[in-house]
Amino acid sequence: MSDNELIWRIAGGSGDGIDSTSQTFAKVLMRSGLDVFTHRHYPSRIRGGHTYVEIRAAGHEVQSRGDGYNFLLALGDSFARNPQEDAYYGNEEIKPLSENLDELREGGIIVYDTGLISEEDVEDLNLEERAEENDWHLFPMDLRSLAREHGREVMRNTAGVGVTAALLGMDLDPFVEAMEDSKMTGDVLQANLDIFQEANDIVHEEFEFTHDLRIPEGEHEEEQALLSGSNAIAYGSIDAGCRFIAGYPMTPWTDVFTIMSQHLPEMGGISEQVEDEIAAAALAVGASHAGAKAMSGSSGGGFALMSEPLGLAEMTETPIVLVESMRAGPSTGMPTKPEQADLEFVLYTSQGDSSRVVFAPGNVEEAYEQTRLAFHIAYEYQIPTIIIYDQKLSGENTNVPVSFFDREPEPDLGSTLTEEELKEAAHDASGKFERFQHEPDTDVDNGVSPRSLPGQSGGRYLATGNEHTPTGHISEDPDNRVFQLERRLQKLDSIRAELDEEHESNQTFFGDESADYGIITWGSSQGAVKEAVERLNDAGSPVKGLGVSDMMPFPEDEITAFIESVDEVMVVEMNATAQFRGHIQKELGRYGEKLTSLLKYNGNPFEPAEIVESCELRIEDSDEEPTAQVHIEPAAGD
Amino acid sequence: MSAFNAIGEEREIDREEFTADNEPQPTWCPGCGDFGVLKALKQALPEVGRTPDEVLTVTGIGCSGKLNSYLETYGFHTIHGRSLPVARAAKLANDGLEVIAAGGDGDGYGIGGNHFMHTARENHDMTYIVFNNEVFGLTKGQTSPTSPKGHKSKTTPHGNAKSPIRPLSLGLTSGATYIARTAAVNPNQAKEIIAEAIEHDGFAHIDFLTQCPTWNKDARQYVPYVDVQESEDYDFDITDREQAQDMMFEAENALHEGTVLTGRFFVDERPSYQDQKKDLGEMPREPLAERYFDEDAKWERSYDLLDRHT
Repeated sequence: MSDNELIWRIAGGSGDGIDSTSQTFAKVLMRSGLDVFTHRHYPSRIRGGHTYVEIRAAGHEVQSRGDGYNFLLALGDSFARNPQEDAYYGNEEIKPLSENLDELREGGIIVYDTGLISEEDVEDLNLEERAEENDWHLFPMDLRSLAREHGREVMRNTAGVGVTAALLGMDLDPFVEAMEDSKMTGDVLQANLDIFQEANDIVHEEFEFTHDLRIPEGEHEEEQALLSGSNAIAYGSIDAGCRFIAGYPMTPWTDVFTIMSQHLPEMGGISEQVEDEIAAAALAVGASHAGAKAMSGSSGGGFALMSEPLGLAEMTETPIVLVESMRAGPSTGMPTKPEQADLEFVLYTSQGDSSRVVFAPGNVEEAYEQTRLAFHIAYEYQIPTIIIYDQKLSGENTNVPVSFFDREPEPDLGSTLTEEELKEAAHDASGKFERFQHEPDTDVDNGVSPRSLPGQSGGRYLATGNEHTPTGHISEDPDNRVFQLERRLQKLDSIRAELDEEHESNQTFFGDESADYGIITWGSSQGAVKEAVERLNDAGSPVKGLGVSDMMPFPEDEITAFIESVDEVMVVEMNATAQFRGHIQKELGRYGEKLTSLLKYNGNPFEPAEIVESCELRIEDSDEEPTAQVHIEPAAGD
Repeated sequence: MSAFNAIGEEREIDREEFTADNEPQPTWCPGCGDFGVLKALKQALPEVGRTPDEVLTVTGIGCSGKLNSYLETYGFHTIHGRSLPVARAAKLANDGLEVIAAGGDGDGYGIGGNHFMHTARENHDMTYIVFNNEVFGLTKGQTSPTSPKGHKSKTTPHGNAKSPIRPLSLGLTSGATYIARTAAVNPNQAKEIIAEAIEHDGFAHIDFLTQCPTWNKDARQYVPYVDVQESEDYDFDITDREQAQDMMFEAENALHEGTVLTGRFFVDERPSYQDQKKDLGEMPREPLAERYFDEDAKWERSYDLLDRHT
């Protein structure tokens, strides 16, 4: 845990403007030279229900949510249901305050809106007593009245930010600039500026500064941009030349879909919201077949509907990129909570011996990088490529240097022929183009047979989900079957070779190289694990870590070398059935006795301290249970 | 300069060009109505000046799905029920293509019913031919969405309790802008209707009665057929939605009473989806697929979107 950091939590009900307020605040923090990282916690509900956004900011790199937090701005839930003792939801009005207390660190600050949170309710919480025990500093203030006085009630979040700025000793100008830069104009802008200033003044006039917490200092060497994993996936797609997307709304995938839909029309592209996810994936296949770089995506339930078109893309060797944004399952599960439990589903869904590529980016930059790579691989190797991520990465905002995005677009269609090239391409005795060549004497040694596009002269062929001959005709001939199936599967080996030889590794290694204890994780849990590994090493427990992104084709060499180099590995993932551990064992065919699991599946992402604690228990060979809501699943035979 | 020179090519076209060299003889049963669709297409396509290289035939699964194995065009034999979403996306990506989708009645009105409804609603500029044989053929004769009430099969041993779907009415309600019914036993009309459907700018839906002599009725049971335009017994305006609706209702009832009413049932000049999308600025005027071959094309970068993030 870093002493010099701010973890600010703004809590209220859905509809209270928590998200937009936190965006503005995060931007101010970033502009002031701090690294920021946000975490969204919200219910599947439009109005009301306990929601918060956490912003972690520090003068050093932050890549995960922290352990707990140190500043609470409890706005109260203006859409709370009436308190009812017998109802399971209890008293919703007080929740922005009551639900957040357990995680507030010692010495923390609490600002709460007395306009919405009643004195009686606060008394029931024993807040004063608890504050004394924990050295919390209380700043009750009627934010609602202040907002009403100058503008509208919803502007009490601006008042709350004003209080925050004052208590942390922040320069006010950047806030004013940020509000002026935002979508607000005219009276609304002026009202917000007035509220902000007055809140700040009141704090200085009426409160005694008993707390130590102040804004950390920091400086960036270059200009930064604040963006989420969903932004990064959309931007990676745009830079890869993707100009066609089809989808159906579903949380959390909707973010990527809406960002793309917002930009594609003005970029000469096409976005289609369609009747269901079967259609969405089928449209991506159709558009790609006709010569567009195309994508689709969904979250678990919607992705389930895509299984059959996914198989069609595999069999017809039609390049597509799909994104799967995981949320807690099974079935409807917990729509707004993250989980990493769709891995096996995404790896193996669709019938037959199928082949696909799956990347699981570990952070915002990797989300951009691997989405670009996904399009490159899909179009070069004519294979569906899937980006699997989760609600956490989808919505978390972090700062990335602007220069990171300053690179050339890559709209190339990969192994697609021009009409000129088609003339030289393989044709059978009757003059028909051989779209799916497999003879050993042809130039398809990497498994890829170049494709033509409908409308090109001389490239006619039949694409079919049935097994087929080189010209695409349906065939159940055993020799042809073996050739074609083996050729399609061979592409995975070719892709592995390209990834190993021509690209920087998608796997991230960190920690003490000489350590005997290792942690492996995948996808978006990488940031928390990385921080945990740093802390373990700082505390004198040598540990090394590996964040894996290549789910398929599997990075066999890198993972084998890592496991071989340590005595025990803890596999950290957000699911209950240790899916990635199982995947490692299946791919490598061993190591069952060496892989312990640390699992979390309560709907909240890992905090670094939870990983530190569990790892220490394993290193010490302790039988104790972790205090956090996580589960250690020992290795086979342990 | 186009990267797709087959599109819009002007030349004399022989109908034999549409016979597949690799598979000139279909595997359909003798007497199957599917031959009628194939023949009508081979006649209609040269008539409307389309060459094999500029046509994309997208099919579903079933006996009808084999259509593009025997019709020499670019082909995409997709999965059960999904020909329409694949087909309409191909048209969106390159609207120079002549896109024809086809499938059986189970494919189009059953498993793919949702796609049928929405593709019609959106009025995609394409032709959709439903091979309606009132039965599932390739899986050996089970009851289908168009099978009449009481139909007995291995899946409905005591007779079908469900009323058949009303394909023409469904097309109309959903928003199709050209709706016709023809029959394999009526080759001239079939050819003419297919030609009209291809020329129509919008979603053209043809309910094509294709007898299945193996599992259901043979050709004789679709004779005599009546062309509602030619018969003096019927007088309605195909551009009038209400009159069309009544005529469709009557034709759907009559089929199960032994009278085969065919012809054009509805035509509407509503703009196609592609045109509407272009007018809204939601689709490029030039085919998207062309841009990937244009060496001078300027590709937008996310780098230029970062203002909102800094």
